[in-house]
Amino acid sequence: MTKCTEDNKPIMVGDRTIPPPDARYITISIMGQPYEVPETLTILKAMEFVGYQFKRGCGCRGGICGACGTFYRIDGDHTLKTGLACQTVVEPGMILAQVPFFPSNRASDLDLESKMPADQQIATMYPEIFRCVGCGTCTRTCPMDIDVMGYIAYFKRGDIKGGAEKSFDCIMCGLCAARCPANISQFNVAMTARRIASAKLTPKSGVTAARAEQVRSGRYEPMLAELCEMSGEDLKKLYVEREREPDLAKPGEWMPEDQTHL
Amino acid sequence: MSDKPVRVPYYPGCTMKTKALGFERSAMDCAEVIGFEMDELKDWNCCGASYPLTKDNLMGLTAPTNILVEAERRCQKEEVDPNLLTLCVFCYNTLKRTEYAFGQDKKKLETVNAFLDRKYDGSIRVIHYLEYLRDVIGFDNLAKMVKTDMSKYRVAPYYGCLLLKPKKEIGLDDPEDPVILHNFLDALGCKVIDFPAQVDCCGSYLVMREPKKVSKLSYDILADANEYGAETLVTACPLCQSNLDKSQGDKVQFADLDGMPVLYFTQLLAVAFGLDTKTHQLEAHHIDPRPLFEAKGAADDESK
Repeated sequence: MTKCTEDNKPIMVGDRTIPPPDARYITISIMGQPYEVPETLTILKAMEFVGYQFKRGCGCRGGICGACGTFYRIDGDHTLKTGLACQTVVEPGMILAQVPFFPSNRASDLDLESKMPADQQIATMYPEIFRCVGCGTCTRTCPMDIDVMGYIAYFKRGDIKGGAEKSFDCIMCGLCAARCPANISQFNVAMTARRIASAKLTPKSGVTAARAEQVRSGRYEPMLAELCEMSGEDLKKLYVEREREPDLAKPGEWMPEDQTHL
Repeated sequence: MSDKPVRVPYYPGCTMKTKALGFERSAMDCAEVIGFEMDELKDWNCCGASYPLTKDNLMGLTAPTNILVEAERRCQKEEVDPNLLTLCVFCYNTLKRTEYAFGQDKKKLETVNAFLDRKYDGSIRVIHYLEYLRDVIGFDNLAKMVKTDMSKYRVAPYYGCLLLKPKKEIGLDDPEDPVILHNFLDALGCKVIDFPAQVDCCGSYLVMREPKKVSKLSYDILADANEYGAETLVTACPLCQSNLDKSQGDKVQFADLDGMPVLYFTQLLAVAFGLDTKTHQLEAHHIDPRPLFEAKGAADDESK
């Protein structure tokens, strides 16, 4: 797909990477191979620009899914840096490798009905958390700036809810586990803890249960059937003419005129 | 003491939040009476529980250093004395020896700082709750706060190892002939039972693999205290407390010895202050100390 300009610079066509015509080109190294890429691109786009096609290591492109964790160094700087390929802009002298997946210990047999206290459940499934020496490398590695060692410390002292909350921004990229000298799969411990915390340690909302019961009671079946009977034109008309809550209405004050469906 | 409580940065350690809740709660309640507040660090990790025994094992110093940095920041921000209060003797030992190692060898501190990518200046002084009572509050002042007549209690002070050893690094008291717990109990007005086994080892971690041996060691200590006339024993160490208390469930080993309650020194302090001990987890002890307290209280009522 790569076309070239008159002075033999490649340009990308399509809807993804269109570097500005006067973009400066910088040299980066992707898995040991140097490439010229336009600056301002993210790592992910730069890799696609030079010809990579992603089946793994690329997901939402929005910094949320955690599929594109990347390790890199800047030539001459000893510091190992991390970032998400879809969020991190390329820099001159960047030496990078993507780590789309890292082998880690998953809780395959998590029993959310278990009578075992939450802290013991975590300790039984992930006894390796007690090997943590507190070096803090995980915290320095996290591209989401989560205090990873901090939440592992919560789990060690039995505060599963505290750790679940502290780890909430985790996107499961796995870079922490890649760097842990104690072989802990931090992100999976945290995921398990969040599941246990929401199943066992978080108060159940009565409102949600009541609403679910309302839905189950079949109350909305006739309304749905009514919609199914309608012609496409009528359905469009209904949609276009629907009542909408004004954007600036005070919460809880606005009510629709037609209240037959409430 | 002054009206406004002094806030002292405090590192609990994992055990204070799990098995030794009664130790922490009684210590906090007593601190309130004495006039200081144990101000728990916001984010803290396990200290590692044992100090690395090889001099160049700096990895073992990273965990305590993370804690010391947190404490240093807190002290600098709030402009309080750079003290870090501890209760658990394992945490005290680990943190204190880290403090000592950095004091002796700045290179070590630089290396650990560089590794952690943090900047610890080495300003924090790690102190134990007992040490705070002795050096900052003063045992003579403590004596004035006692509300209960403790003279009927025959208490054996049990030190164990980590509160005192190694002397060069910890420096709290003489490890072979310590007096700090004796003086503490004196201040409370208890009858202090000096007994030879006060610095013997309880078996410590051996309880995981050789519980029988720990039963024997615990028996030796408790039988010794019993022989010298003690009816209860106080300690500052959660593992000593657990070993000495729970070993008494070994009915074969303890056949000829009646159950002796093993208390945290702060639990006894709370009794001396006349505090409500409901939250101090006395019921969690294998040998319930409450009958002893009740007996002493009843004796008090009769004398009135």
